[in-house]
Amino acid sequence: MQKILSDRKAILLFVGPALLIYVVIVLIPVVWSVVYSFQEGTLLSGFRFVGLNNFGKLWGDRDFINSLVFGLRYAVFVSTGQIAIGFLLALVYTFYLKKASALVRTILFFPVVLPTVAVAQMFTKLFEITPQYGLVNALLDAAHLNAWIQPWLGQSSTAFVVIVIMDIWRAIGFYGIILYSGLLDIPDEIIEAARLDGAQQWKLVRYIVTPLLRPVLVTAIIFSLNGTLKVFESVLALTGGGPGNTTMPLTLYMYKTAFTVNQYGYGSTIAIFLTLECLLVTLFFYRFARRDIA
Amino acid sequence: MSSKRPTQSRAAQAVSVTAWFKNPSRWVVAVGIGLLLILALYPIIWLLLSSIKAPHEFNLRPIYALPEGFYAQNYVDAWTSGKFSIYFVNSVLVTIPSLALILCMSVAAAFGIEIMRWKLKNKVLLLFLAGILIPIQMVLLPLYTMYYRLQLLDNRWGLILVYTAFGFPLSVFLLTGYLKSLSYEILEAAVVDGASIYQVFFRIVVPMMKNSLLTVGLIQFFFIWNDLLLSLTFVSTTPQRTIQAGLLDFVGRFGQREWGPTFASITMSVLPTLIIYLILNKLVIRGLTAGGVKG
Repeated sequence: MQKILSDRKAILLFVGPALLIYVVIVLIPVVWSVVYSFQEGTLLSGFRFVGLNNFGKLWGDRDFINSLVFGLRYAVFVSTGQIAIGFLLALVYTFYLKKASALVRTILFFPVVLPTVAVAQMFTKLFEITPQYGLVNALLDAAHLNAWIQPWLGQSSTAFVVIVIMDIWRAIGFYGIILYSGLLDIPDEIIEAARLDGAQQWKLVRYIVTPLLRPVLVTAIIFSLNGTLKVFESVLALTGGGPGNTTMPLTLYMYKTAFTVNQYGYGSTIAIFLTLECLLVTLFFYRFARRDIA
Repeated sequence: MSSKRPTQSRAAQAVSVTAWFKNPSRWVVAVGIGLLLILALYPIIWLLLSSIKAPHEFNLRPIYALPEGFYAQNYVDAWTSGKFSIYFVNSVLVTIPSLALILCMSVAAAFGIEIMRWKLKNKVLLLFLAGILIPIQMVLLPLYTMYYRLQLLDNRWGLILVYTAFGFPLSVFLLTGYLKSLSYEILEAAVVDGASIYQVFFRIVVPMMKNSLLTVGLIQFFFIWNDLLLSLTFVSTTPQRTIQAGLLDFVGRFGQREWGPTFASITMSVLPTLIIYLILNKLVIRGLTAGGVKG
């Protein structure tokens, strides 16, 4: 048995193909990106070494700072919404709907599987103003709230709101189920005992359920932030970064720098910054979870 | 953490905790859930209904009015002059080979890593898992350079290769996880009976992993079918364009004026995911949430 499981040729045949493709398509480009970030140039003009210039350039680049701020603001709002509403849903599934929650869970999860681009196009039409009113403006019109009718996606303030609503709408079913599975793993006896001790309603949630759910909650927060910090498709398909550059996240700024302006070095630098940003946030919440458990 | 163990005492708890929501908040919750269900479903229903409206209905009646009839011309327009015949077929032709490659290679890799015995196996697994943390933006430029040199841009196989590579981290991770629960005795019995390692893999492990492979396949289907970023980067010509990038292009050109065909084209890009979800929702939910939390 031992001999057959250590057959080197077999191991190579099993693991080799996937590993080869993965290394060539994913890992080598990651290293290559780091090399690009110390260079300047394009495919046609060739590259030259510029040291840390690209990294220095980041701090003086207003478009970069604006994208960074927009991205962080977006991530805070959307992740908070996703986790908070998801948590409420999970509580409702567990304590209110109980066994009957299967259908509600299935329906609310449904937006998760839809293509982002299609959802964004649908939201564009929901909030459209010309040549016809979209659903929201039409409903406002029917309710005689004419003052509220506006070009939702044409103004940076409301465009931000629409993006946030859309990305919360897309994901609450997902976080609802993740946190619900976490709640199911809490032993009934603990909740029962706490209840007998007089813990009611929000006290039960605040002092018993939430602390016990912390590991799952932290995982969900990390997962959510990793998604929202890397938001690309929903913004591109909904506003294209506009109006102006007011809804431009880092990913989209990186994409435009790389493929519209053709700055390979600077584009890679922004990509590295994005990677580090996600890693830092992940580590921060991971440490946070560890410390509180211990 | 995603174990769905049925708890007997859940019923007992249900009775006691009902008191919990018995007060006024009970009704607030019921209304809230009703509202959420409407918010989740109504936009989709509105989309489907709008896709069969004739042009004059958009002009003359409010957008929430029900369609007067079934105006199929929207779909014909989107399919022919909107080029969705090309985009849709391209997406199918990219998705199926990618899924096949991901499943075959990642189940083999997972078997090699989890079951076989060798020194570097844990390091190789970590290497695959690191991919879960890498933003796609990090590889776009070098990969574009590589594809430019190898003439893989605007090429179906170029796209398939990228989807396959990015499918590995999560697939290998999930499949090694499922393989952990595989009974070692069965493998040992087969080996004692004279089976080679390849026979063990093809005749025993792969058939036993059928459900896990379906789950992983579903997750990857949604990633690939719904992808915009990679398709947008590596394909820029109409004959190779896949459905999400095609939808973006279509709406950019006709979305403002031609609402009917726009709704029809959105519907077409949504339809495969919708149908799969209607049939396999339990499996889809389990798969996507397992990939989520553990990832």
